[in-house]
Amino acid sequence: MAKEPMQRPMPMGPGGGRRGGPGGMMHEKVKLKSPKKTIRRLLSYFKGKLGILALAVLLSGVTAVLGIITTRFNGLIIDEAIDKQDLTKLVYLCLTLLGLYIFNIGATYLQNRVMVNVSHETAAKLRANLFRSMQGLSLSYFDQHSSGDLMSRLTNDVDNISMTLSQNLVHLFSGIVNLLGILIAMLILSPPLTLISLLIVPVMILSSRLLIKFNGKLFKRQQRELGELNGYVEEMISGQKVVLLFGQEEETRKRFSFLNRRLKNTLISAQGIGGIFGPVMNTLNNISFLIVAVAGATLVADGTLFGLKSTISVGVVFSFVMYMRNFSRPINEIANLLNSLQLALAGAERVFEVMDAPKETDAPSALTLESTNGNVGFEDISFSYIPGTPVLKSASFEAKSGQTIAIVGPTGAGKTTIISLLTRFYDYEKGQILIDGAPITDYTRDSMIRQIGLVLQDAFLFSDTVRNNIAYGRPDATEEEIIRAAKLANAHHFITQLPKGYDTILSDGASNLSKGQRQLLTIARTILMEPAILILDEATSSVDTRTELKIQEALLNLMEGRTSFVIAHRLSTIRSADEILVIDHGELIERGTHDQLLKKDGFYATLYQSQFKSGLGL
Amino acid sequence: MRKLLFYVKKAWWAVLLAPLLMVLEVMMDLQLPTLMSEIVDQGIANGDLKFIADKGVQMLLCALVGIIGGAGCSVVAAVASMTLGTNLREALFRKVQTFSFTELDRLQPSSIITRMTNDVTQVQNLLTQALRMMVRAPMTCLGGIFYAWRLNPKLSVIFVIALPLMLASALIIMKKVVPLFLKAQKKIDRLNAITRENLLGMRVVKAFSAQQTEIDRFSKTNNELTDCNIAAQKRMILMFPITTLITNLGVLAVLWFGGRMSILSNGELMEAGQIMAFVQYMTQIMMSFMMFVMMSSQFSRAQVSANRICEVLDTEPSIVSPQNPATITDFSVYFENVSFTYSDGSEPVLTNLNFSIPYGQKVGIIGATGSGKSSLISLIPRLYDTSAGAVKIGGHDVRELALSDLRAHIGVVLQENILFEGTIGDNLRFGDRNADESRLKEAAEIAQASSFIEAFEGQYDYGLEQRGRNLSGGQRQRMTIARALVRNPEILILDDATSAVDLSTEANILEGLDKRSGTTLLIAQRISTVLNCDQILVLDEGKLVANGTHNELLETCEIYRSIAVSQLGEEVLNRG
Repeated sequence: MAKEPMQRPMPMGPGGGRRGGPGGMMHEKVKLKSPKKTIRRLLSYFKGKLGILALAVLLSGVTAVLGIITTRFNGLIIDEAIDKQDLTKLVYLCLTLLGLYIFNIGATYLQNRVMVNVSHETAAKLRANLFRSMQGLSLSYFDQHSSGDLMSRLTNDVDNISMTLSQNLVHLFSGIVNLLGILIAMLILSPPLTLISLLIVPVMILSSRLLIKFNGKLFKRQQRELGELNGYVEEMISGQKVVLLFGQEEETRKRFSFLNRRLKNTLISAQGIGGIFGPVMNTLNNISFLIVAVAGATLVADGTLFGLKSTISVGVVFSFVMYMRNFSRPINEIANLLNSLQLALAGAERVFEVMDAPKETDAPSALTLESTNGNVGFEDISFSYIPGTPVLKSASFEAKSGQTIAIVGPTGAGKTTIISLLTRFYDYEKGQILIDGAPITDYTRDSMIRQIGLVLQDAFLFSDTVRNNIAYGRPDATEEEIIRAAKLANAHHFITQLPKGYDTILSDGASNLSKGQRQLLTIARTILMEPAILILDEATSSVDTRTELKIQEALLNLMEGRTSFVIAHRLSTIRSADEILVIDHGELIERGTHDQLLKKDGFYATLYQSQFKSGLGL
Repeated sequence: MRKLLFYVKKAWWAVLLAPLLMVLEVMMDLQLPTLMSEIVDQGIANGDLKFIADKGVQMLLCALVGIIGGAGCSVVAAVASMTLGTNLREALFRKVQTFSFTELDRLQPSSIITRMTNDVTQVQNLLTQALRMMVRAPMTCLGGIFYAWRLNPKLSVIFVIALPLMLASALIIMKKVVPLFLKAQKKIDRLNAITRENLLGMRVVKAFSAQQTEIDRFSKTNNELTDCNIAAQKRMILMFPITTLITNLGVLAVLWFGGRMSILSNGELMEAGQIMAFVQYMTQIMMSFMMFVMMSSQFSRAQVSANRICEVLDTEPSIVSPQNPATITDFSVYFENVSFTYSDGSEPVLTNLNFSIPYGQKVGIIGATGSGKSSLISLIPRLYDTSAGAVKIGGHDVRELALSDLRAHIGVVLQENILFEGTIGDNLRFGDRNADESRLKEAAEIAQASSFIEAFEGQYDYGLEQRGRNLSGGQRQRMTIARALVRNPEILILDDATSAVDLSTEANILEGLDKRSGTTLLIAQRISTVLNCDQILVLDEGKLVANGTHNELLETCEIYRSIAVSQLGEEVLNRG
């Protein structure tokens, strides 16, 4: 089939990419609701892995300590072997150092290795749990939350959490061990030199805080302006066809240029200042290096500095120099890690929020609906999506086994709501819906919905094979059953003409099937379910002529012997219905057969006159 | 990649200056260990406090000059990369404005958006990093070796051995890991696709109580992703221990050979301070090397982004205005032997169409989905070009007319209701910026939109959200009709534009359109929509099977008759 040039867009989020600022530090303040509870809950995901986690933490501690010891060994070699010209000692010390290095690297590798499985398995578990919870949510939840937001919880947030928990926590721990260890080692070696060396630390903390604070404002502005620009791009490019049709290219480009230039200036300031952070830290590092070197050298040569007395060797100065390099790194890191930990916890709260959202549940005493005659009754049903604005007001009607009920009314009258309540997409507030005389809430959702077949206007199919799409409701169906359903749905013929027949994979862009063909597949899918009750949302806007005739024929096959509710647009359907329900503004205002309603000369008669007859000039 | 660098334009000085500043910073960094070795070997050994203080001042100077280099480099690099990002976005946006529907269909708006946002950001960040780290790492390596060689040529051999080893091991690991990462990325895409599909098709999943099926499907891909991730990560974590091992062995070699040399020569050939400096250089080199490796993984990602950006920039619009356009004098439309095929070499969508629409006629187009109705009308405003034959307006082929002129006379209402953020008035004025309030009201009246617009607070100043999502589908559709009417076009085209409004509203809209003076083309699914048209075109599989009035077609066209019967009932035939 040829594709229509102006397809309706798939209601899909703009390209699944992650949007975000250009690199730079994230230093936004995050407000957490109950961090303790969230942490405890997150830790529960490590159940059974706590041993491994403890091992990793232990190993990271070991490597930190080993790092401190090997660094000291460098100094020792200088003092004990080289300074004292002792070759045997050099051999002995070098061999020990080699042993320590190898041991340390082994421990580092082991620590990383055990965390690989832990982190990815935890992420998988979180994702799976979140997806499972999502499946249990009611439609009203999806109405209230944007799918883009849910997507980002399932991807970005989960990734963030698992990364932070597995990597950053360990880093945080080893960073702290490193800091403390180095501090202790330095104090043991020379308290006065430690004191002098640490003079630089407050300067580091202060200057990094100042930079972050200053840059934070710029960063926020950058994010805001970037968001605006991206929003504009998204809207205009999505609507590019309209821009083109109405000759608005120049106007659009001007507005874009304005936003783009404004962002440029903010970006340069924010990124430039953000980039200074590294060099400033590097310089402070160098200054601490020179302080240690000069102060240390003075102490070695003179034994005193600013009245502080201490006798140290060259090797000690050397160890100090190396320690200071390792000391400033964790200081900077820990601040960043704490920040990302906060972000991850915020992500976790967002994830748990979805998991904790009320699920559709069955009453404990709910029965399994094995089969039904298809007697359906609505008793005094009222419903509103938004409290206070009822879309259905005290509707009552009845459908006997095998009857066809047509639902007719203007757009927004409440037709779709009726079928959404019957399928329990939403729960009604007042009244009762009965199947075979018992309220539908008495049955389990699952067993009840299996008795109902639903054919919706937007022929939604999954990106899977034709076969799997037809067998969607009954994965256990045999090949014969699937083909029989396809034949009844008038779909078999075109399926066999597809390149791979029943094994053709439907792409989500849907370009390989026409809308009508897709509709036929959804009908086949429903036929295979053999439902006792059928709900059809008759599509008029997208399908017609030859395909339409096929669809109608298929639908008639489907409706045979079943209780059917049809949101009807076709006169033929309406006329052949056993009963027509006329809905307006959420109220059931008329009912009866076509002839009865025409005689009554009420709302339906007017509707009929204006919609079907006036056009004919009858 | 290199091609994109051209877009730095006026900021080219920054691209040149940034590496120079970085070189300054690296040089200063590299001075420190040497200065320190002098302090140790001469200052301490001789107990010369003044010498130590002097060297201390030198070190301080180095550090201060270093910060000028470092901070200067990051500011200049930011100027360069942010200018590049801005210019790229601008160029992309400009380019997209020249695209016709063919290019938009091929590149897909959602993909273009990702390219303009994420991909540009990737490239922009890479330039920042490249100007800093890509210069820093090699400079540190080379400078480190140079300074080491100056201190002690023999011992510097250790560096010459250690560095290639590091590089080789990093390359081997990356070669093994990169394909695995790519595979994992595909799994992530698949997982996201499943999720998106579930969010869209939630009603179907629920209606078939197929939650478990979906959970299984998700779990399968989820597990595959996890396995893939673990496999990649397992290899990736080798990187750190291996580079550390090489560095440590290097340090050990310095200590051993240096120490041995010093001991054997009684400190003549090698002094303690020099060994300390060597160890320092070794650590500095390793750190910058690690940075470099991390950077290089970013480089391959940015390369993909750069290619995606280039693809857009290199796309030439297939439809452009002619050099010397003709002017339109008459608005009758002629299709002469028109055939049309979408560019991808698929089946022809329209074959050999011939018909004419005199100015002022109301024309209905009827046909099955995929019969080519939308393709037909899109040839008139030249959204696509014909593959054979010509579409003419007045006496001119549409390809002889200036695009802006041609489209200015045509109002199109597409199937999709696209509105933009802004007031209702802004949206209606989209087609004609100069339309006054009374024009808007008139158009809204005909489109049956005035009643809901006037119910809003602020009426025509009422703000719409992005894509007009604070309106219902029916309201959006009426807005788009009104928007086209504001232009007061000579040719108005409605592509199934009343599908979301109820039938009596549709009847009112059609009645209003009847009073218009220009040509109107209506694509419709319902026969009732086109009953009163002066001419009805019946399309079937890309061919024009019949055209005429309703009554004529009932007599002559079998396809038309069957549609009419199915939609209007048998009594249609009883009327002549």
